[in-house]
Amino acid sequence: MRYVDEFRDPKTAKAIAARIHRDVDPNRDYAFMEFCGGHTHALCRFGLEDLLPDNISMIHGPGCPVCVLPVGRLDLAIELALSRPEVTLLTYGDMMRVPGGNGASLLSAKARGGDIRMIYSTTQAVDLARDNPDREIVLFAIGFETTTPPTAAAVKAARAAGLNNFTVLCNHVLTPAAIDAIMTTGSEQTRARLDGFIGPGHVSTIIGAEAYQGAVDKWGKPIVIAGFEPNDLLNAVHRLVNQVNRGGAQVENAFARAVRPGGNAVAQALCEEVFSLRDSFEWRGLGTIPASALRLSDGYQEFDAEQRFALTYTSKPDHKACACAEILRGEKSPVDCKVFARACTPEHPIGSCMVSPEGACAAYYLYGRYRDIKRTNEPAAA
Amino acid sequence: MCLALPAEVIAISGEVATVDLDGVQTPVSLAFLKDVTIGDYVVVHVGYALSRIDAETAAEQLAIMSGAEIQAHEGEPA
Repeated sequence: MRYVDEFRDPKTAKAIAARIHRDVDPNRDYAFMEFCGGHTHALCRFGLEDLLPDNISMIHGPGCPVCVLPVGRLDLAIELALSRPEVTLLTYGDMMRVPGGNGASLLSAKARGGDIRMIYSTTQAVDLARDNPDREIVLFAIGFETTTPPTAAAVKAARAAGLNNFTVLCNHVLTPAAIDAIMTTGSEQTRARLDGFIGPGHVSTIIGAEAYQGAVDKWGKPIVIAGFEPNDLLNAVHRLVNQVNRGGAQVENAFARAVRPGGNAVAQALCEEVFSLRDSFEWRGLGTIPASALRLSDGYQEFDAEQRFALTYTSKPDHKACACAEILRGEKSPVDCKVFARACTPEHPIGSCMVSPEGACAAYYLYGRYRDIKRTNEPAAA
Repeated sequence: MCLALPAEVIAISGEVATVDLDGVQTPVSLAFLKDVTIGDYVVVHVGYALSRIDAETAAEQLAIMSGAEIQAHEGEPA
């Protein structure tokens, strides 16, 4: 595939890794957070950490919308689907198996008779509302800035089509707010060792490279925006090392083939029209963060599922054994969790980070759970 | 969730493009992207084109990554 294969070339990967080894200062440690769960998976899938010098550690960030959605928000959707027979709840596939309160999930609610369906695109949501005027179609909308404009487009299309049976249960969250939260609510230890961030590539196609200037100015840590292929990531690590070595704290756009300085103005304008900032929003792991998520704007209240169905949010605790919260804050690695790959597996997940295709635990389980096991070529003793 | 893939635009009809995603042809909304022409590659996410891939920038980046540019500069007379 064009723009994929070229950025996976192993010879180039080795060349970039060699440059990183050449340029690191052996007398110090480096710790970088890849914000986005898609980056975490690429790191694990391609074994990139094994190419890095021992004094560079990658800390996995909270950029996985499925992971950061708290139990209480998921339970709102499950309860809505089960208590209102007229409701058809639509969601992207990654949400289906995430455990909510009491181990229930959208999938188990579907088995109990809830009309819950997976969609690929929000255009399907509008089509379903149009084709089923006797059903209340509710889009369970989650995601960072990448996924927000498609929700806004669906709301606009529903209004244009005069649909009054379409609403959105809105859980869209904001990347810069999460970076701030890492730097304010994260542990002192994590903050102190963090030298910089790899910025999320696809989020940045919407919000633009300039959107990180505030965070860089405030926290004095470099941010390098990267694409999702292995060589994109290695290149971003190299640029971070160089910035740290010269004491820099700048936004660098290493995904310039797709990310413009100002982002996608059309998508931004649409989101601004359809959504407004919530005063605050609870995140799994990061706590309640002011101005970190979106709701339907005043002009679009009739599309707000929370209004139409009088839903009230209640905060609910995570499973006691689950370390997702600490993992999302970068304080723990999946292997530090005592239920990782034992009680908690992708087949029987206890926490969201094991379910989502972007979760750090799922990445470790899929690609890294045998990584530390010593291999030996000696035949087993007879 | 934020996963997206580069795909080639092979047809455009109003606000909807048909893209070729590694052999699979699928409709993609151009609601957020106005300046697209056939042959362009776009970043596709949940049925929407988010951004146009700039071929020139991509080529430059590849050259820098592979070290070609560095070698070329090193080979030049001072």
